[in-house]
Amino acid sequence: MVKNSYIPFKAKILAKYQQTELDWTYRLECQIQPIAGQFMEVSLPGVGECPISISDFGDGYIEMTIRRVGQVTGGIDKLVPGDYLFLRGPYGKGFPLESFYNKHLIIAAGGTGLAPVKSVINYFYARPELLQRCDILTGFKTPNDVLFKHDLDKWAQTFRVEVTVDKLDESGNLEVIANSCSRRTGLITALIPDVEIPSLEDVRVIIVGPPVMMKFTAQEFLCRGLAKENIWVSFERKMSCGLGKCGHCKIDETYVCLEGPVFNFAQAQTLLD
Amino acid sequence: MGYRFTAAAFNQLLESLREKYRVYAPTLLKGKGKFSDTDLVGYAEISKIEDVVFNQKSYFSPKETFYPVTQRLFYFNENGFSEAVVDEKGMIVFLRACDIQAVERLDKIMLENGLSADYYYERLRNKLKLIVMDCQESFDSCFCVSMGTNKTENYSASVRLENGVYLSDVQEDIEGLFAFHGETIEVSPKFVESNKQSVKVPENLVLESVAANPIWEEYGSRCIACGRCTVVCPSCSCYTMQDIFYDDNPKCGERRRVWASCQIDGFTDMAGGHSFRRNNGERMRFKVMHKIKDFKQRFGVHMCVGCGRCDNACPEYISLAHCIDRLGKEEAGNRG
Ligand SMILES: Cc1cc2nc3c(=O)[nH]c(=O)nc-3n(C[C@H](O)[C@H](O)[C@H](O)COP(=O)(O)OP(=O)(O)OC[C@H]3O[C@@H](n4cnc5c(N)ncnc54)[C@H](O)[C@@H]3O)c2cc1C
Ligand code: SF4
Ligand code: SF4
Ligand code: FES
Repeated sequence: MVKNSYIPFKAKILAKYQQTELDWTYRLECQIQPIAGQFMEVSLPGVGECPISISDFGDGYIEMTIRRVGQVTGGIDKLVPGDYLFLRGPYGKGFPLESFYNKHLIIAAGGTGLAPVKSVINYFYARPELLQRCDILTGFKTPNDVLFKHDLDKWAQTFRVEVTVDKLDESGNLEVIANSCSRRTGLITALIPDVEIPSLEDVRVIIVGPPVMMKFTAQEFLCRGLAKENIWVSFERKMSCGLGKCGHCKIDETYVCLEGPVFNFAQAQTLLD
Repeated sequence: MGYRFTAAAFNQLLESLREKYRVYAPTLLKGKGKFSDTDLVGYAEISKIEDVVFNQKSYFSPKETFYPVTQRLFYFNENGFSEAVVDEKGMIVFLRACDIQAVERLDKIMLENGLSADYYYERLRNKLKLIVMDCQESFDSCFCVSMGTNKTENYSASVRLENGVYLSDVQEDIEGLFAFHGETIEVSPKFVESNKQSVKVPENLVLESVAANPIWEEYGSRCIACGRCTVVCPSCSCYTMQDIFYDDNPKCGERRRVWASCQIDGFTDMAGGHSFRRNNGERMRFKVMHKIKDFKQRFGVHMCVGCGRCDNACPEYISLAHCIDRLGKEEAGNRG
């Protein structure tokens, strides 16, 4: 008899940090060793379950950054350190970190899309010698939506970090954005023509964000001459099982929970909803 | 080995089997039809062979017997989780050759897809014994011959009613009971060799051109996204998990899974209001492509077994058989 993969395990909330009005990062006591880009199924018994990316991990813990949008995420929002969440996973394919070694890595993340790539950035931040260079382009709706401000600041010590917001909020203030990053207003796609690319064939790109953002951002990179094979994206789809059974995440013959959420763009581009 | 049973002998066989098994078969469900005073053929536990409907196709498929519409997965309370227990008895299901082929399709997704077998599916599937009901003639809307699913060798026993007696070919006698109650005789199961309709199954569909085909707009304008076609389908397997908590103690409750349908609103809805395939025509395309392309690409066989139940169930008279045939003929036409 196979093991029952549906029953979650208990994980204590060690700490909880506020990112924005709606997003909080939870540090959970947990022994798993995930790959950057993988996700967990997070349960609140009596309410339900939902897929959440692992935004970071380390010895004996994982972190997840969760936006309050509905039933389960709303319930999680009420929890405090010392409370428990229930998890199963990790699931899915993560980022192929080794294919970025000795390359010029460009990461374009829109909004909460920064969560699944945060551990990729931290991995290389701790080992900058593994990359030729690294550009991190992030886009958010307003200055109040900027995630991981401290991390952006920290990364900007070593990598080039750009933050853009679609529009300013009432205060018209960009100061809330991390200090050492280059700051602008406008869409993330507008940042791409200005990225310095000394050697095109060494460039590897990761794009994560809402579907429309990923589509147009990929187009900009293709315009700059990148091969599709050198671009990776991460998809979000409705998921119920994470196990390749429930069918919700299926696109064509592809199960996003199994073959994704991280896809090479050459494959991602052929998927048709 | 073949056996012959009078009705009385078969009923004794059933009585003996029922000590260790629950026996399910298509029966006449009174008042369950489309209109309040009509009946419908669906699955129920039986105790006598006269309850089995041989001369009609069942409206619902046999999958509900071993993959329930609603299935409890586990219970939870303050102390943790406990797995839902399962009935100790085995299960014997009467079904058609195409239905057995459909069980094999469900096995592909539930047992083979992903990293491991589905725990809850496997638990019931391991208890399942299949009794194939011979098809002496094809019913309206069947197109199993076109799908190559009109026959099977995957059964414990076959059964057909002929001149008032029951004839059975037994491949795997269950507890030796068929031999005990039956009279030895030569029997081979009967399968249909032709249907009233045949469809041209396309074999080289290209997604981009299929997606550009105007037929989906036409289907989209007729389909009301009710999901009946997927409910009655023996090879549709999608589900959604749901939690409920008990009124007397909100800390206690259970997680269940219930059948879901790609044709119904909400199947792809994500937080933030984003959803895919909003249009009913796109959903029809998605379903058809799964049935006659995607599944085969992954598992080597078509998902649709040509039982025709979806065509019988659709309130808008949308015919999958006709749709497949159109795509097949267009493909042949384009090539020729
Ligand atoms: C691989 C992957 C990784 C993810 N990573 C993260 C992450 O790191 N952080 C994060 O915050 N989120 C992440 N998500 C998204 C997260 O899974 C969803 O936000 C979560 O499922 C919402 O669950 P909920 O129960 O709180 O919301 P629900 O109560 O299910 O619904 C939220 C909203 O969705 C809409 N909705 C849902 N169902 C319906 C319906 N039937 N009809 C109409 N509208 C409906 C409504 O607008 C509702 O307000 C990820 C998703 C995937 C697939
Ligand atoms: S004919 Fe319809 S109901 Fe029968 S297997 Fe094919 S899709 Fe399912
Ligand atoms: S049964 Fe007919 S109307 Fe209902 S979802 Fe299926 S195709 Fe559409
Ligand atoms: S989430 Fe259930 S099949 Fe992918």
